[in-house]
Amino acid sequence: MQSALSPAGIQASRILDLWHLTLAVCCIVFAAILLACLIAMIRAPRADHATPADLSAIGRREPQVRFWVVASTAVSTFLLFGLVLADVLTDRALSRLPVDNALRIEMTGYQWWWQARYLPDGEAPGFVLANELHVPVGRPVVVSLKAADVIHTFWVPNLHGKKDMIPGRDATIEFRADKAGVYRGQCAEFCGYEHALMAFSITADPPAQYEAWAAQQRKAAQTPSDEIAVRGRDVFMSQDCARCHTVRGSEAQGALGPDLTHIASRRTLAAGTLANNRDNLTGWIVDPRALKPGTVMPPTRLPPADLNALLTWMETLK
Amino acid sequence: MSNEPNAPSLVDGPHASPEVRAALAATWSDPPGFIGMLCAVNHKTIARRFIVTTFVFFLLAGLLALVMRAQLARADQRLIGPNLYNELFTMHGTTMMFLFAVPVMQAVATFLVPLMIGARSIAFPRVNAYAYWVFLFGGLLLFASLAVNTAPNAGWFSYVPLAGPDYSPNKGADIWAQMITFTELSGLLEAVVLITTIFKLRAPGMSLNRMPLFVWATLVTQFMVIFAMPAVMLCSTALILDRLVGTHFYNPAKGGDVLLWQHLFWFFGHPEVYLIFIPPLGFISSIIPTFARRPMFGYPAMVLSLIATAFLAFGLWVHHMFATNIPELGKSFFTAASLMIAIPSAIQIFCWIGTLWTGKLNLRVPLLFVLAFFFILVMGGMTGIMVASVPLDLQVHDTYFVVAHLHYVLLGGAVFPLFGAFYYWFPKFAGRMLGERLGKWQFWLFFIGFNVTFFPMHLLGLEGMPRRVWTYPHGLGWDAMNMTATIGAYVIALSVLLFIVNVVQSARSQVPARADPWGAGTLEWSVPSPPPPHNFDAIPVVHGRDPLWEPSAQPRFVAGLAADAREVLVTSVLDAQPDHRPLFPRPSIWPFVSAVATTVLFIGSIYTPWAIVWASLPVAVAMILWFWPSRSENRVALEREQSP
Repeated sequence: MQSALSPAGIQASRILDLWHLTLAVCCIVFAAILLACLIAMIRAPRADHATPADLSAIGRREPQVRFWVVASTAVSTFLLFGLVLADVLTDRALSRLPVDNALRIEMTGYQWWWQARYLPDGEAPGFVLANELHVPVGRPVVVSLKAADVIHTFWVPNLHGKKDMIPGRDATIEFRADKAGVYRGQCAEFCGYEHALMAFSITADPPAQYEAWAAQQRKAAQTPSDEIAVRGRDVFMSQDCARCHTVRGSEAQGALGPDLTHIASRRTLAAGTLANNRDNLTGWIVDPRALKPGTVMPPTRLPPADLNALLTWMETLK
Repeated sequence: MSNEPNAPSLVDGPHASPEVRAALAATWSDPPGFIGMLCAVNHKTIARRFIVTTFVFFLLAGLLALVMRAQLARADQRLIGPNLYNELFTMHGTTMMFLFAVPVMQAVATFLVPLMIGARSIAFPRVNAYAYWVFLFGGLLLFASLAVNTAPNAGWFSYVPLAGPDYSPNKGADIWAQMITFTELSGLLEAVVLITTIFKLRAPGMSLNRMPLFVWATLVTQFMVIFAMPAVMLCSTALILDRLVGTHFYNPAKGGDVLLWQHLFWFFGHPEVYLIFIPPLGFISSIIPTFARRPMFGYPAMVLSLIATAFLAFGLWVHHMFATNIPELGKSFFTAASLMIAIPSAIQIFCWIGTLWTGKLNLRVPLLFVLAFFFILVMGGMTGIMVASVPLDLQVHDTYFVVAHLHYVLLGGAVFPLFGAFYYWFPKFAGRMLGERLGKWQFWLFFIGFNVTFFPMHLLGLEGMPRRVWTYPHGLGWDAMNMTATIGAYVIALSVLLFIVNVVQSARSQVPARADPWGAGTLEWSVPSPPPPHNFDAIPVVHGRDPLWEPSAQPRFVAGLAADAREVLVTSVLDAQPDHRPLFPRPSIWPFVSAVATTVLFIGSIYTPWAIVWASLPVAVAMILWFWPSRSENRVALEREQSP
C-alpha cells in the first residue's frame, strides 16, 4: 500500500529497475571486498606485539599488491561510470513522461493536511477536496505543489518518488498510475508537531469510474430533506465549524480547514489518521487533540442530540 | 646550542640527569588545586577532559535514542507524545553531530598529534583551553534547555520556515542556533591550533612525507573545518537575526528564500560528514600497520586520497536536496560528484586490504573494530551510492533507508574505529590497558546489535516509512522490523555499558601499561604510558615514517631546549628543519574567564540583541588580561635571547 518495491505506475517501475541494477552491482562489489578481507585474514600468518615489523616493504616495490590495488580501483571507477550513466538516463526518462491530455491538480500542504484543487478538465469545471485524490488509470497526472506554511513533501512511493512543497517556490510532479488500486502517501519532510500523522491517498480508478467520481465531486452538497439532518446542518452553521470549513452549496465558506463538501465519500479522517466511520467522527469532533495531538482543530462540546444531528447530516455529504 | 655563552643552566638532552627531567616535568605541569584546574593548559589535560566530555554527550544522545526506539517499538504506541519525540530526535542528532562526532575527533587529535610529531605542547595552548571551555558551556546550554523543557524541536537541520519566527515561537530554535555558534567557535579555534601544531611543531626531520597518516588525516580535516564551518555560522546567524531582530533572510513573503538555508546548511553539512569520517581513516591507518606488523602499503596514495576526499566533499552538498526541484544538469553534476568521492575511499580500502594481505596479523581488539569497519562502512558506502542517484534518492530520501545509511556510515566509519582507537591508545590516555576479554564481548555485542538495529531500517525505508515520525499506523507491514530495530538498540546499549565497565575496571587495576604494548612504530610509543607533562625528555630526530621500527640513525635527538622554561622547537613547514625556539605561555585563568564572558554574551543574545553590545565588554576585558604581558615572562625571555 505504501512501498517503493511494488510499483503501480511507470515512474515508480523505472526507479525500481534502476534499484535492481544498482543493488546487483553493489552486492557484487561488497561481496568482493569482504571476500578479499576474509582471505587476507585467513592466509596471513599470526603474530603478536613482539613480532618484528617487516621493514623490507620500505625499500622494496610490491608489484603484486600494487597491481591488485590499481586493478580494483580501475574496476570500481568503471562500475561507477556505468551507474552514473544509468542514473542520468533514468532521471531523464522520469522527467520526460508525456503529459498531453494530463489531469491537472494543484496540491497544497498545510500543517498537517492536504488540499487538492482539481483544475478544469476540458469542459468540466474544477473542484476542491482534501486528503484523498482519485486519478484515472493510464492517464498522466500533473500535480503542482504548493505549501501554505512550512515545507512539506508529496510522496506516493507506489507511483513515483517524492518532491518538496516549498513556500515561495513552485514545482510540479508528473506520474501515471497503470494499475487500479489505493496508494497511500505521506508527508516526507519534517513539518512540525504532527508530521507523523500527515498522510493522504491516491485512488487509481478505471477511467469510467473516475469520471463518475469526479462528476459527483463537482456537485455541491445536497440540501438535506430529513429533519434531523436539517438540524445537523444548522448546528454546523451555528457552531464554529463553518468558520473554518467549506461545504459547497451551504453558507459554510471557511478556508482554514479541509473542504467537507463530500466528507462522507472519503475513506479516512484527519489526513489518513482514522478510518471514516461514525465513531471516529464523533471522537474527532468532540476531542480531536486526543486522536491527533497538536492538531489545529479545537474541541467542540455539543449536547448529545445536536452532536447526533450533526453526524447524521455529515453522513449525507456523499 | 648548549655551548652558547649565556645558555640556561638546565637544558634537556638524550642523557638528561634526573634533575633535568624533574625540572621539565615541573615546568610543563599544570598548577595544583581547584583554581589550578581551571588554569590548566597542558594539551593532554585539556584533551582528556575534552574526550570525556564528548563521550558523556555521546552517552546522553544514546539514551535519547533508546527512548525513541522504545516509542517506535510498536505501532500506534503512546509512550511519549509528538512534542517530546520531536525534541528527542532533534537533540539526538544535534548532540551526536555537534557535541560528539566532530569535537571528539578534534579532542583525540589534540591529545595525540603533539605526541606523534615529537612536540612538547600543542600550539596556542591557552586558545586550546578556551576552545574546550566554550565547547563545554555550549553543550551544557543545550542540555539545560532540555531540562527546563525548551529544547529545540525542529530537527538537527533546523529547516526554515519551520525553525523561523512564525512556526517555532519558543526559544528552542534560538538555543539551537547559539549552540551552533558555541561549538563552531570551538571547532574553528581547534582547527587553527591543530594546523599550526602540525605545520610548525614537528620534530626535526619529520618532513611532510614522513608524517604519520593520522596526522595527515587531522591536517586535512582541520582545513575542511576552516572552509565548512563558516557556512553554518552564517546561516545560523541569519536565522537568529530573522527571529530576533526581524530580518527576512528566509521569509519568501518579503523576498527571502527558504532554500538559501538548505544550501548554506548542507554546504557545511556534507563536508561535516567527512570531518567525522576522515580522522577515523587516520585511526585505521595507525592501527592496521601496527597489527599487521608492517608499514602501510601505498603511503602516497593514502595521502592523496585523503586530500581528494576533502576537495570532493565540498562539491556534493546538493544531493541532500534532490527533492527540491533542482535543474537536470545540476542533478547530473551532483550525482557524478557524489559517486566520484567513492573512488578515493575505495583506494584507501584497497591499500588497507593489501597491507593486511601481506602482513602478519596480531588479532587484538583494536584490529577487530577496524575489521568491522570493512563490513559496516563498505555497506554504508554502497547505500551511499544509492542515495547519490537522483531517481533512487527520490524514493528513499527522508525515509528510514537514509537513517540506516547514515548510521552505517557514521557508526561504521567513525564510531567503530573510534572504539578501536580507544582500545589502542588507552594506555597513552590513562596509563592502563583496557581488558581484552571484555573488549571482545563489547565488540561482538556492538557489531551484532548494530546490524540488528540498522539493517531492517533499509527495508523499512523501501517499504515507505518516513523519518522523524513519532508514531506509525498498524497494518503497513512496519511492525516487526521496528521491533527488531528496538531490540538491537538495547543490545548496543549493553555493549556500550560493557565498555564503561571495562574502563572502570582498568582504572582500578594496579598494572601500569608499558610504553609500547603493541610494538608500534610511531613516536607516541617512545614515551611512557601515560606520557610525562613534557611528553619527551629530549626532542627526537626523525629519519623515516615509522621511527620506532626503523634502525636508529644519527642524530637521534636534539638537545639544548630549556628545562626550566616552556621552550619549544619550531621547525619549517615542508622539511621540518629546526628554525627557532620560542617560549610558550604558562597556565592562566583568563582563558576560562574569557570563555565564561563569551558564554554570557552568547546566551544573552538569545534574549536581546543588545547583549552583543554590553556583553562584549567583559569579553574584551578578559581577553586583554589574557594577553597582558607579565614581567617575569619577559625576564625569562630576555635571559634566553642569544645573539645570532
